Amino acid sequence: MSATLQAPVDRRAPSGVSGRVGLAFGDGLLVARRNLVTLTRVPTVFIFELVQPVMFVLLFRYIYDNQFATLPVGLDYVQFLMPGIFVQNAIFGATTTAVGLAEDLKTGIIDRFRSLPMARSAVLVGRTTSDLLKNLLLVLIVIGIGYLAGFRFENGFVPAVGVVVLVLAVGFTFSWMFACVGLALKQVEAVQAASFTFVFPIVFVSAAFVPVVGMASWLQPIARHNPVTVWSNLARYLSSGDIGIVDVTTKLPVDTFEGLVLKSVLWIVALLVIFVPVAIRLYRRLD
Amino acid sequence: MRCDPERKESQPSPGLWGMRRRLISVSFPAMPTPIIRTEQLVKHFGDVEALKGVDLEVYRGTVLGLLGPNGAGKTTAVRILATLLTPTSGRAEVDGLDVVRDAEELRFRIGLAGQSAAVDENLTGLENLELVGRLYHLPKAEARRRGSEVLERFDLADAADRPAKTYSGGMRRRLDLAASLVGRPDILFLDEPTTGLDPRSRIDVWDFVRELQSEGTTLLLTTQYLEEADQLADRIAVIDVGTVIAEGTSDQLKAQIGGEVLELHVDDRVDIPRVIEALSGVGAGAPTADDDARRVRIPVGNDGFDALRDSVRRLDESKVWVADIALHRPTLDDVFLSLTGRAAEDGSESDPSSAPAGRGRGKGRSQGRTRKGDA
Ligand SMILES: Nc1ncnc2c1ncn2[C@@H]1O[C@H](COP(=O)(O)OP(=O)(O)O)[C@@H](O)[C@H]1O
Ligand SMILES: [Mg+2]
Repeated sequence: MSATLQAPVDRRAPSGVSGRVGLAFGDGLLVARRNLVTLTRVPTVFIFELVQPVMFVLLFRYIYDNQFATLPVGLDYVQFLMPGIFVQNAIFGATTTAVGLAEDLKTGIIDRFRSLPMARSAVLVGRTTSDLLKNLLLVLIVIGIGYLAGFRFENGFVPAVGVVVLVLAVGFTFSWMFACVGLALKQVEAVQAASFTFVFPIVFVSAAFVPVVGMASWLQPIARHNPVTVWSNLARYLSSGDIGIVDVTTKLPVDTFEGLVLKSVLWIVALLVIFVPVAIRLYRRLD
Repeated sequence: MRCDPERKESQPSPGLWGMRRRLISVSFPAMPTPIIRTEQLVKHFGDVEALKGVDLEVYRGTVLGLLGPNGAGKTTAVRILATLLTPTSGRAEVDGLDVVRDAEELRFRIGLAGQSAAVDENLTGLENLELVGRLYHLPKAEARRRGSEVLERFDLADAADRPAKTYSGGMRRRLDLAASLVGRPDILFLDEPTTGLDPRSRIDVWDFVRELQSEGTTLLLTTQYLEEADQLADRIAVIDVGTVIAEGTSDQLKAQIGGEVLELHVDDRVDIPRVIEALSGVGAGAPTADDDARRVRIPVGNDGFDALRDSVRRLDESKVWVADIALHRPTLDDVFLSLTGRAAEDGSESDPSSAPAGRGRGKGRSQGRTRKGDA
């Protein structure tokens, strides 16, 4: 070891609101970049994450094809299914936020980050941002799989982009919810188990894969008001037009386009308003 | 030493930095204020009282060894000082800054190497250090330059571009230490920096601690080994179940414990009286014999080497043969036995009547060693 000594770093934290926001943003991006590098170095994790959507598409598409008398008349099941699969994927994909944070807690690297003069929000902003980008890649691949299975965006390019934006927003929102799970439970295995126990009922008790009208009557009100139903229906509307959300019993669309957009946005904003501060508080109070 | 022409003009050379700081501290010898100070620091985790009112003082440029068994509260104390935990009550100041109120500013001045090597396995050594540098808000090029420099310093330059998961345990620990130095902190916290390391890596870490100290860095390091604290620390604070039970220089502590012990083994127990006779007058106290173990022990205070040399000479002159002769330095267990009357276990109270017998050293020490891998 040579006796090289380095000059101290500049010891002033940026001041003022813009300095602080810039700091939080910059530090968040550094952490996000680190997470993405990890993803490319250990691609198996991502590859396994892809197996699950492929499986879901194949299972639902080919096992349940033509099994539902409750489908909107004139709509192929694959047109009904894929928008739901996109939303479901965003939600499942967001569980990596919880697992990633738990793993970083385990290795102690979060201790290192917390002892550095970086923005306190950076670890969470970085993780949710890198998972957002990962989810973008995931949704593009799942759209490709959908196309192979016969799905088409029938409304053109702009609504298709709308589906991607919606799905990413949903994934980002769930990332913050899962950040809370990861920070609250801390142990990787517990976090994994809890995430999936939480995610399955939320996704299945909704119109993500099958129309609500076929469900047990006591489940229907829950499923109808589940935000996953709202988001899936909006994605359906964007993909296939209002035929995508027709209730087979009333022969009418379950909602208007404006109504779906408004409800979707409200749900996302409400969940973010609740869970972002909770996650930040949990992070600050880590032991 | 590496040269960087750009930097040389604008700043005093690296070596001078350390020098200058020490000169400053020498020029005001009358009023030394501790650079780290805790007052009645208390930390509860639910029902667990990890710290029960800890007072510590560390002076600028010195090394404090925080010595204690597993569960004593060492990590908790370090984490509070490094702004990772807020104390339940009490105060802690580092470099004049409150660890809670001024945490943000303080993080620019401290470095922490925790108990587990907190590096990203999937990043290379250099990428790890670059990331840390950039999180200190250094420009990219500067972060990279510092990263390479620190890697060089820790003999990791050859492994700079390998993912950290390919590193050995010792290399990982060095990388972690390197990361704690990127910001060039004045104050460094090292939590059990040698636990789990092989002897060679341990010596490397020791050398590095000494080097930093000679440059004027203030260090607080925790350890379970008296020997380590003895080697590295100017002062030692012994901590036990959340309380500092002794504080002083290593000599003061050893004096309190009674110093070193000379231990001899014979092949045949009938030789024991001859050994005792040959060595009469050696050491600082009366010899004790254990016939079954064929062992003689002589307390020798702090003059272990003289006593050893004397003994060998006298045994030789008297033509008494022994199987082995060894000098035993006191261990953490001895410190605990002497300070608390019980072994350095998990803080559970042992039968007080067994305490004096427990002062025999061999047993306590072997217990201490087996605890080494615990974290
Ligand atoms: N996060 C925590 N939650 C609950 N108990 C804890 C936590 N951290 C430490 N403790 C407890 O506090 C005590 C001191 O622990 P620690 O500071 O890690 O000791 P050391 O580093 O000396 O081994 C132990 O009894 C430990 O179990
Ligand atoms: Mg510890």
